[in-house]
Amino acid sequence: MSIQSDNTQDISTVIPNGSGAAAILSAGIGSFAVAFFAIAADKSAWVKNLFAFYKPTGALSGETTVAVLFWLAAWAVLSWRWRKRTVSLRPVNVVALGLLVLSLLLTFPPIGDLF
Amino acid sequence: MEITTRSLWTLIHGMGFGALYLLAGSGAIVALYRRYSTGAPSQTGTSGDRFLGIYLAVMAALAWLTVLTGTYIIYPWYRATPPKGTVDLGAYPRSLLLSHPTTSQWHSIGMEWKEHVAWLVPIAITAAAVVVIRYARDLRKHSQLRSALLGFIVISLFAAGIAGFFGAMLDKYAPVEGGQTIHLAQGE
Repeated sequence: MSIQSDNTQDISTVIPNGSGAAAILSAGIGSFAVAFFAIAADKSAWVKNLFAFYKPTGALSGETTVAVLFWLAAWAVLSWRWRKRTVSLRPVNVVALGLLVLSLLLTFPPIGDLF
Repeated sequence: MEITTRSLWTLIHGMGFGALYLLAGSGAIVALYRRYSTGAPSQTGTSGDRFLGIYLAVMAALAWLTVLTGTYIIYPWYRATPPKGTVDLGAYPRSLLLSHPTTSQWHSIGMEWKEHVAWLVPIAITAAAVVVIRYARDLRKHSQLRSALLGFIVISLFAAGIAGFFGAMLDKYAPVEGGQTIHLAQGE
């Protein structure tokens, strides 16, 4: 009896995984945004000029600033939608870690130059 | 014994923030594994969870300081364009590397990768820190969240290692020098 009661209490106090999933997935999206904007600026002179927010640093300033804003926006939206929910974490993990590894590869110039 | 202000900033960026991050990274992996593995002792209390959260938050701060000093303080010195007719390119590391076929790849592969891959690190570790702080002791009940955290920390450490390696090599072939000279000690 007491064991059952303890278990019930244990389950009821579990924080839903939604906010954690939001943090994980948005970080994957933000990382991918870094790689995506880096390739875009490399391929287009117009984008490169557009991203030169701080002239001494050049396009890197805009690529990373916009990617960070993208990440924070994705995080805010996902947190708002998932904060009280329990979501299926396996696909979230696969997508988030996949995006992170993909970003690692796409920022490698010989691979980024293929596009 | 003296050092230039630009060299000092390079040291703060690489040997300070960056190297500390790399050192802390392996500690975080061990701490996360020991704390949440199935065989972990049950008496590990909330103070340990709080410590891990603070530890990862400090790592996130180090990662942000590394990329911000690198991007906005050192990188402009690195990529500065030399005036026309400049023969000694010592003060212009990017141009110095590109001026010779045996060193040009240190820029076009090394620096090009480093300047972008480094930004994955603060994003990944900030997410990991927030999750550990938010869930604290509850993280024990979320095995898949823990797996994602471990993956994020390992990948962020790998990305930081790439940035650190190329940073060291670039500093070897074309160091960022210049600015005011700071005298540290007088020789005999």
